[in-house]
Amino acid sequence: MLYRESGDFSSTYAQDSQTFPIKFDRYRYYFVLFIAIVVIPFVINDYWVNSLFLPFLIYAIAAIGLNILVGYCGQVSLGTGGFMAVGAYACYKLMTSFPDISMLVHVLISGLITAAVGVLFGLPSLRIKGFYLAVATLAAQFFLVWLFNRVPWFYNYSASGQISSPERTFFGIIITGPNTEAWATYLFCLMFVIFSAYVARNLTRGSVGRKWMAIRDMDIAAEIIGVNPLRAKLTAFAVSSFFIGISGALFFSIYLGAVEVGEVFGIQKSFLVLFMIIIGGLGSIFGSFAGAAFLVLLPVALKIVGVDWLGWPTDIVAHLQLVIVGGLIIIFLIAEPHGLAQLWRVAKEKLRLWPFPH
Amino acid sequence: MPEQLAFALEVTANGLMAGVLYALVALGFVLIYKASGIFNYAQGVMALFAALTLAGIMDGQVPFSHLINAIFGTDIHYFGWNVPAFMAILLTMVVMIALAYAVQRLVFRHLVGQEPIILFMATIGLAYFLEGVGDLMWGSDIKSMDVGLPQGINMWIDETTFETLGYGFFIDNLDIVASIVAALLVIGLVMFAQYTKQGRAMRAVADDHQAALSVGVSLNFIWILVWSLAGFVALVAGIMWGTKSGVQFSLSLIALKALPVLMLGGFTSIPGAIVGGLIIGVGEKLFEFLIGAPFLGGATENWFAYMLALIFLVFRPQGLFGEKIIERV
Repeated sequence: MLYRESGDFSSTYAQDSQTFPIKFDRYRYYFVLFIAIVVIPFVINDYWVNSLFLPFLIYAIAAIGLNILVGYCGQVSLGTGGFMAVGAYACYKLMTSFPDISMLVHVLISGLITAAVGVLFGLPSLRIKGFYLAVATLAAQFFLVWLFNRVPWFYNYSASGQISSPERTFFGIIITGPNTEAWATYLFCLMFVIFSAYVARNLTRGSVGRKWMAIRDMDIAAEIIGVNPLRAKLTAFAVSSFFIGISGALFFSIYLGAVEVGEVFGIQKSFLVLFMIIIGGLGSIFGSFAGAAFLVLLPVALKIVGVDWLGWPTDIVAHLQLVIVGGLIIIFLIAEPHGLAQLWRVAKEKLRLWPFPH
Repeated sequence: MPEQLAFALEVTANGLMAGVLYALVALGFVLIYKASGIFNYAQGVMALFAALTLAGIMDGQVPFSHLINAIFGTDIHYFGWNVPAFMAILLTMVVMIALAYAVQRLVFRHLVGQEPIILFMATIGLAYFLEGVGDLMWGSDIKSMDVGLPQGINMWIDETTFETLGYGFFIDNLDIVASIVAALLVIGLVMFAQYTKQGRAMRAVADDHQAALSVGVSLNFIWILVWSLAGFVALVAGIMWGTKSGVQFSLSLIALKALPVLMLGGFTSIPGAIVGGLIIGVGEKLFEFLIGAPFLGGATENWFAYMLALIFLVFRPQGLFGEKIIERV
């Protein structure tokens, strides 16, 4: 009763092929956007932004990026952390070299630089497949982290080897450095999230996305029907790295402010983003959001329950978190390989039929 | 003899020893991959888990004591006894077999027929799970491990090389023991696979699941057997690495080092794991010595193995000894 497509007629092709063809869905989407853009900036404070909203938004971009590569194109990558580091360091170099240019440009160019690096490390994917490729992307992960650790040019010869983001503005509003306001950083990240989701959703609906999916389902067959594997795989690497680079740049400049590359962009980060898309749903933009939200919320929730309510030591809660995340990955892969996104789809299907089950 | 060359020789020898240890971990991967097509990322964490369990049992630690203390407000840590090394190794083996059974029964039985990459991701989940359980069971502090293996510089090699080359090589006794154990392990595994009934069944399963089923091989049993064997290899690797550098989280990272070893040697070949391990071990040490430390700022060991494997794979995607990959639509 709640969720109906009856009476919802489309009279043009444009209406027929829009992202949300069902009216209820469309209005819900506008509603969420309205809440996110108009309501939330007025009610959030620093705590909410720094512990929940910023990590959620930034990880959502990274998850969308990785989902394009793994979920849509089927090329498993364990180099996400390294590519995020490329975005972060590119952004840092741009911020310090061109202080007068808007952050918007810096972040986008960081994305483009990361895309170039991603294509470079994506080249072996033409020869090697499956987990051979997964292991090969580890080369990117370790090499890039080492590079940013060892070559002083990347961190401007600072004594600590860290990079920290100077104060930069976007249309006159301070968005990096210590003197930021919660709503400004939130809206700046939200802008990139909406942009990424919009681009990703429409790319994956179009011919590019269909080529990716053909490669994922069986690359030889795809090649035979005329998909150029070179172009399909490399565009997937490029687009994916572009988003991951943007998220790395935001992660460094807006969220953390100061970064030590081995700690922040290590192999753990790669796994974290991979887990997000497994739990959220491979090959689904909504899944990227759901997975990011889930894995950002889980540690916070566990900390509240374990440390604050039950009074357990923090290290036990941290270990429990490993157990729970690992267990959830296995449970999801067994019970629901398509993740939270599939649960959402099933729920929608049920709502459509409710209260008559057939 | 020029001094540089002597240094290089010593580095090579140490690289060979490190390579043997990499190969030990890689062996566990190959075993599971051959028999079930599962690429077991959790192998390194299994080594960590085995080493933690062994150290915990030897010290007489109460399992989950931290968790129990946190929940019930008690204050128990030790049983108050010390278990001799041999008994403790046997007990740990029992734990590893139980683990193999549980993993097979609860996880991979439900994932039969899934794509390899899904299985791979499941083992990543398993790795996280095991790591958390290991820490919860035995605490996350660094433990020392002493099962009576010799350690320290080998005087005989030191003296002999000093007499012949004028420069004494530093080679750890433990590395020599590890090489011998690894050699024995490989011989033992090959003998087991060639000459016993279970070993033959294992190879049959590796060859073709359905054909093996149709001649009456129990897949469940073979998979549990294989995971137990991998647990055993993990235990041996855990003992070696644990004695060398203490039982701590970084132990599980050697699994990552074993991956390029596998890619070089090919996923399906036991000799490949050994040769790959030696190439990586020697290669990364020599590269660090000749190029990394003087010109690139050091610590190239972190990525050299992956880069080598990556470049190598571009030219030979199935590895040195792997079976040729044939794809059909």
